[in-house]
Amino acid sequence: MPTVTVNGKDVEIGASERLNCIQAAAKVGVEIPAYCWHPALSVVASCRMCLVEVGDRKPDGTVAMQPKLVPGCQTPAKDGTVIISDSQKVKDARKATLEYLLLNHPLDCPTCDQAGECYLQDYSFNYGRGYSRLNEPKNIKPDKTYIGDQITLFTDRCIMCTRCVRFTREVSGSSELQVVSRGSHEEIDIFPGHPVNNPLAGNVVDLCPVGALCSKDFLYQQRVWWLKSTNSVCTGCSTGCSVTVDQNDERVYRLKPRANEKAQGHFMCDAGRFGWKYTHSDQRLSAPEMRTNGQVVSRDWDQIVASARAALRKTAAAGRTKIAAVLSPWMTVEEAWILASFLKSLSPDAVLAMGPVRVEGQDDHFPKDVRGNVVEPVKFTIRAEKCPNRAGVQAVLSHFTKDVMPFEELLRLASTGQFGAVYLAGGDPDGWISELQAEAFSKVETVIVQDFLPSPVLKHATHVLPSGTFVEREGVVVNHKGLAQLIRRSVRGPDGTRPDSRILWELTERTGLVQTDVVRSEIAAQVTALAGLSDPALKADGVLLNAAQPAGAV
Amino acid sequence: MAKFEPVLFARIHKPDSASLKSYQADGGYSRLKEFLSMAPADVTNIVKDSGLRGRGGAGFPTGLKWTFLPKDHPGPIYLAINADESEPGTFNNRYLMEKDPHQLIEGIILACHSIRSNKAYLYLRYEYGTSYRVLDAAIRECYAAGILGQNIKGTGFNLDIVLHRGAGAYICGEETGLIESLEGKRAWPRIKPPFPAIEGLFRKPTIVNNVETLCCVTQILYRGIEWFKSIGVPPDPNNPRDPGSYGPKLYCVSGHVTKPCCVELPLGVTARELIEEHAGGVWKGRKAKAVVPGGISMGFLSDKELDTKLDFAGPGKVGCLGLGTAAVVVVDDQTSMVDVLYNCCRFMSHESCGQCTPCREGTAWMTKILERIRTGNSRVEDLDLLLEVAGSMGIIPGTTICGLSDGAAWPVKNAISKFRGEFEDYIRGQRATVTSAQKLMAVH
Repeated sequence: MPTVTVNGKDVEIGASERLNCIQAAAKVGVEIPAYCWHPALSVVASCRMCLVEVGDRKPDGTVAMQPKLVPGCQTPAKDGTVIISDSQKVKDARKATLEYLLLNHPLDCPTCDQAGECYLQDYSFNYGRGYSRLNEPKNIKPDKTYIGDQITLFTDRCIMCTRCVRFTREVSGSSELQVVSRGSHEEIDIFPGHPVNNPLAGNVVDLCPVGALCSKDFLYQQRVWWLKSTNSVCTGCSTGCSVTVDQNDERVYRLKPRANEKAQGHFMCDAGRFGWKYTHSDQRLSAPEMRTNGQVVSRDWDQIVASARAALRKTAAAGRTKIAAVLSPWMTVEEAWILASFLKSLSPDAVLAMGPVRVEGQDDHFPKDVRGNVVEPVKFTIRAEKCPNRAGVQAVLSHFTKDVMPFEELLRLASTGQFGAVYLAGGDPDGWISELQAEAFSKVETVIVQDFLPSPVLKHATHVLPSGTFVEREGVVVNHKGLAQLIRRSVRGPDGTRPDSRILWELTERTGLVQTDVVRSEIAAQVTALAGLSDPALKADGVLLNAAQPAGAV
Repeated sequence: MAKFEPVLFARIHKPDSASLKSYQADGGYSRLKEFLSMAPADVTNIVKDSGLRGRGGAGFPTGLKWTFLPKDHPGPIYLAINADESEPGTFNNRYLMEKDPHQLIEGIILACHSIRSNKAYLYLRYEYGTSYRVLDAAIRECYAAGILGQNIKGTGFNLDIVLHRGAGAYICGEETGLIESLEGKRAWPRIKPPFPAIEGLFRKPTIVNNVETLCCVTQILYRGIEWFKSIGVPPDPNNPRDPGSYGPKLYCVSGHVTKPCCVELPLGVTARELIEEHAGGVWKGRKAKAVVPGGISMGFLSDKELDTKLDFAGPGKVGCLGLGTAAVVVVDDQTSMVDVLYNCCRFMSHESCGQCTPCREGTAWMTKILERIRTGNSRVEDLDLLLEVAGSMGIIPGTTICGLSDGAAWPVKNAISKFRGEFEDYIRGQRATVTSAQKLMAVH
């Protein structure tokens, strides 16, 4: 195994790993500060923040150091590479670079959105000097308030790392951003009339190591140290980007992509980034309802859940195929499992169907060239299948029924009047059922609807159970390639709503509080396709369920 | 010593020296067929054995550079000719291109034959309009005469020369900046490795050579290695890493001299000899205070160091960065070094490409400090700050991607260490050599 020495500590790197000095040092927990380098972008080595001393260990054990400092990002770590990042020479170089970066930086941290998660702050604190020696006026560059619908540029804060420029060239391919002017007067700008409005535009805000590029959506909303972050998964499409949900006081303020090589890499699309707004919609269902002949007769959770349970029991006893459930591809694997196993326990012939899988257009691959043609290698894909867990729900359904019944077939059966009770799980914020489709349930005696937004089917509902959005729930979703990841609860839902798993937990008369990991071990033990759910890696970056990819999947 | 007969400049004073007819009348292209029938490696060896070092500034051995190309590379190999002569005070390439373009073209053909390249890009500084017209005409003449194009002189060797005009940036003279600019991009120098000889223009192996270097190649092939080695300074026996400074060199003398000139002399002439004998002495009967040995990025020689030999190793011995482009700029004793240094810094700050942090911010900061000194608002400690900034911009080469940062830092280090007394007097005397109008211009 190739061995690299970092500040006197040896570390082994994989024979096929192509690491630079920054990555090799990170393996022993040594941070080499860098601005322009980003693992998903090309190397330009221009910020000169990562300068380190590098040498080679010769076969006879002697070490030959290079006389000059070299950028760690550009220098590959090979067998015998010796990296020194704590010498006085390196410290002086960092101090000088930080002083240069701060020369024309406005130091408006009190009003800057980035403060608190700013690399310029962090590195200045750790490696910089405490005061400025600049006695001259700073360069003043005008802010560019519109460089995209979602993005604003504080030009004077920019440290010219060019990460954003490289992102639009290399990942989105749209090349809207570039450097204009020269020397200390250079600025990031767009071509007039070509704003940064590509579907991945929001990523430049995350990439910006300082507060130059800001998201208009988040601008001046919160100080970042007020926010509490939860690792979760974006539910906007079947790509299943790893994200962090940042919330304060039960209110979500932003979603940020979380680097996960197993999932999407480092980025996420704007549709997902800004797609959580329905969580705080004033349209949310906020109280449970039990209706008889269209009249609300109860708003008490316990009573309604008990009534729904009794109705399902009674109907199942009346006829083996008279109960049915629609399992939405927005449910987590645990929720689908609890509901499906409950219905099957009531009646082995209970009908289970897959909810509508919304597919919009075609998979959108990036980068694209100026003509819109996809350029290989593909670095990011926004998937057409706009639901997070079709694969997971399908795996659960396949465990109980041989063929997964599509939603249309269930509608047909419902309209024939076959069912006495149906349990409908919604969850698609863009609506999952039309007026016409909802009519199919007019003949069903008991219609239990679990959803968080109003839909046409509520008209026929006898039991309405307001549920939670993805930021209010915990459970596993399985993405397009069978990667199981955990979404976590980051905020409490509005008063009167309950997370889906709790509703189902109480419906099925399980005791105590909801424990999703108990359900997961239950599933892992019984469903071979989902056996990976017991893997502890699930809580980190997810588990690839090879068998969870059903044949013929999109 | 007998008077040196110019070789590179042998023809420039002849009437119509730029035409093909006159060049051929003087024996030009006469042995081209013979050289093109030689094996490319033999040509490379001749250049290598001659000890020719690049005339563009860094003084890298030309033949050695050519051998860095990958062996048996299947795709195209390019030659890029660096005619983006923009170091202040340098104008030797301009003479060569305007007065004797065919000497250069023959050098290009020979170099391309040696490196097995079929396409050469001549990157010409935008401001050189006359050079452009002369070269353009010369290249057309060569195509018409079968000296360029397909099957040159019936030897089966093909070569096209593309004449490309830059857009006016100092950084385009840096070899990878030049390559980026040729590709149509912003002239941001590339990180090395890979060096251009491995991956250069259009990601293909590329050799970048200076105009004067290629003219020397022509002369070496016609006159032989012995002739070339008889001129100049042999290697220093005490320094095993010194390959010597052989051959003629075009020295450009400008600044405060009676007769600014571009003169061809053997490498190793002293600065004093250049000023006194070739440029007519310092103007107005004054004395020299400082001399730039080879373009402002190389630093300054003080009046006590005028006997420094201007070969590749000489200026380095007295604290300068190197010979550079051998552009000697003379500063007389009536001139303030503060103003000279300010001018240098302002140029470098204007021309910094802005890619690397130390160069982008450091050049601008040094300019601002000098502006402050010139307006009389400074303290002696500012000199130490200037030295520290200059130190962190180029502690050791490699702090930045290209050499501009070192070149910007060097005149500051040299001027303050060699003329510190003058700077201190200037600051203590609260003197200001800047008028209020200049102050306004400096700020805006």
